[in-house]
Amino acid sequence: MSVVGYGYAVWAPLIWIVTLVVIGVMVLIWRSRGQKSYKKGTAQTDIFLSGARVPPEEQRHVKSENIYWGFFESLKELYGAMMKPHTGIVNDYLLWLVAILAITILILVLAG
Amino acid sequence: MDFLVTHAPILIVALPLVAAFVIPLIGIGRAGDRGRNIFSLVILGLIVFLVAILAENVHAVGIRVYTFGATAPELALPHGYMVPVRIIFEVDSMSIFMGIIVTTVALAALIYSLHFMKGQTGQARFYSLMFLLYAAMMGLAFTGDMFNLFVFLEIASIAGAGLAAYRTNMADAVEGGFKYIVISAISALLVLFAIGILYAQYNVLNIAALAYYMQYTPLDMLALGLLAGAFVIKLAGAPLHMWAPDTYTVAPAGSTPMILAASYMSMYALYRVTFTMYGGQIDTTAIGWIVIIVGVLSMFIGVMMAVHQTDIKRMMAYHAISQGGYMLLGVGVGLAVLADPVALANYGRDAMNGGIFHIINHVFYKSLLFMTAEAIFFRIGTRDTNKMGGLARNMKWTTAFYVIGALAISGIPPFNGFASKLLIYETVLKFSPVLSVIAMFVSLVTLASFAKVFYAAFTGPELPAFREVREVPKSMIIGMSILAACIIFLGLFPGLVVDNIVAPATDALINHTAYVNAVMGAVP
Repeated sequence: MSVVGYGYAVWAPLIWIVTLVVIGVMVLIWRSRGQKSYKKGTAQTDIFLSGARVPPEEQRHVKSENIYWGFFESLKELYGAMMKPHTGIVNDYLLWLVAILAITILILVLAG
Repeated sequence: MDFLVTHAPILIVALPLVAAFVIPLIGIGRAGDRGRNIFSLVILGLIVFLVAILAENVHAVGIRVYTFGATAPELALPHGYMVPVRIIFEVDSMSIFMGIIVTTVALAALIYSLHFMKGQTGQARFYSLMFLLYAAMMGLAFTGDMFNLFVFLEIASIAGAGLAAYRTNMADAVEGGFKYIVISAISALLVLFAIGILYAQYNVLNIAALAYYMQYTPLDMLALGLLAGAFVIKLAGAPLHMWAPDTYTVAPAGSTPMILAASYMSMYALYRVTFTMYGGQIDTTAIGWIVIIVGVLSMFIGVMMAVHQTDIKRMMAYHAISQGGYMLLGVGVGLAVLADPVALANYGRDAMNGGIFHIINHVFYKSLLFMTAEAIFFRIGTRDTNKMGGLARNMKWTTAFYVIGALAISGIPPFNGFASKLLIYETVLKFSPVLSVIAMFVSLVTLASFAKVFYAAFTGPELPAFREVREVPKSMIIGMSILAACIIFLGLFPGLVVDNIVAPATDALINHTAYVNAVMGAVP
């Protein structure tokens, strides 16, 4: 059994694996005792939207850019500030390098 | 076998260098593509063997010094000389640690590329550049003098730029390659300028000799600033990271992990310069805090930009920047408390263990993730996650590898990312709880961004456009399997890796006198 003892926490990955396997077996057993009349490919598995028309697959899937909309909307100002330096222009990247070099050298000389 | 062990440092660099020039000749002959592939695999297989025996030797015996042109390779100082004058390779635990990472990634990338690059024109050039980049990275890891460090850095930059711009039919690929070469050229010039300053003062180029004679004058501070700036931009540390997504996104799948590894070779160079060459002379608290601040900025900016992306590879590129921040944070904390023996013993050494362990973990899972992204691109021709959906139905292996990579990068047990991140959280908490909380927040947002892509790309209804999509070819699956197996192994047996590979690397950095004495030991 491999254990990483850091002095503050003990981590035994193999215990985790054994636990997950035991839980997995229990889930499979419970699942096997489920509804026997379930049949894939019949009306049982059709999508039901309270009688409304089911849109085609392309329109049903939530696009990636719409996920976490609220998060991005509330952090609009932060993102506005963060996007500004990411111009895509290599000249700007080199200006950043010059600025950071100057600051680093100043700190090193002052710190001694 | 002794011959191989003795000459392994030079063979590991020379073999891929020669292979890089021979490959185009094999490709045009009767052997063709198949012959070239077999040749590449044989050469890399030999190199893997050499790296393994060298690693075993370094961990068993100690630092291995290889002097070019000497009567015996271990003879660093010629008779009657007080300074080393020949080109020297000096392989300690930190060097071989980086060598193991680069070699494993190169093996996976090569096998992955066998089918990914099939049908492409200019394949001979691709494999040539891959071997050239590999040779340069191993040379960087093993070199014992600053000028050769510059030379190998330049070779890696040129090869990397060629690989990034490989798909010349895509405008953004050429742009990414151009940005990479401009950034690399400027940073290499800064390194050369710093080397000039050091040589002008001390008349030596050997790293151990420079460390021996280092006085830490204002000129040396200037040189350190130049070197730090050059290496930070090469490793894509914030706020000098902006070129990285433009380059990593466009490089073909097999080469992205190699270019990523090249960035971490710059991180190795930064550590070598800071801990070994300037060891014992610098104000470690101030410089440690500079490294920590760069690390925290990288973590935060990287992950916040990543979660916003809709290009799957660009998202992963920003995550690479973010994860680099973890490494800098861990090692920065160790550097900041280097002068305090109690803090170093209490949490500093373990923080460095976490930071260095994170290098190997990250290179493996990030390479795997880049390969899964390119597997998707290989089959559906787009990297835009807005156009994806339901891919898990037909690309089960790719989905499984993506999940492994995503859970690993998010620090979920029992994968490798958890082990190194736990080390970093716990040790950084003792140094500064705020930094630890930022690190945990970044992990949460990392998980959120990969969950977003998993939902958008892999789950959902089967889209009509992707009904005929199949799983990727076997060689690509094998390439990804190698990395997935490494991730699972490192996650299940982190103690084994930390005790046998990572801790010696940390010791090699902290105990810089061993590195110096291995070359300068005979000087009275």
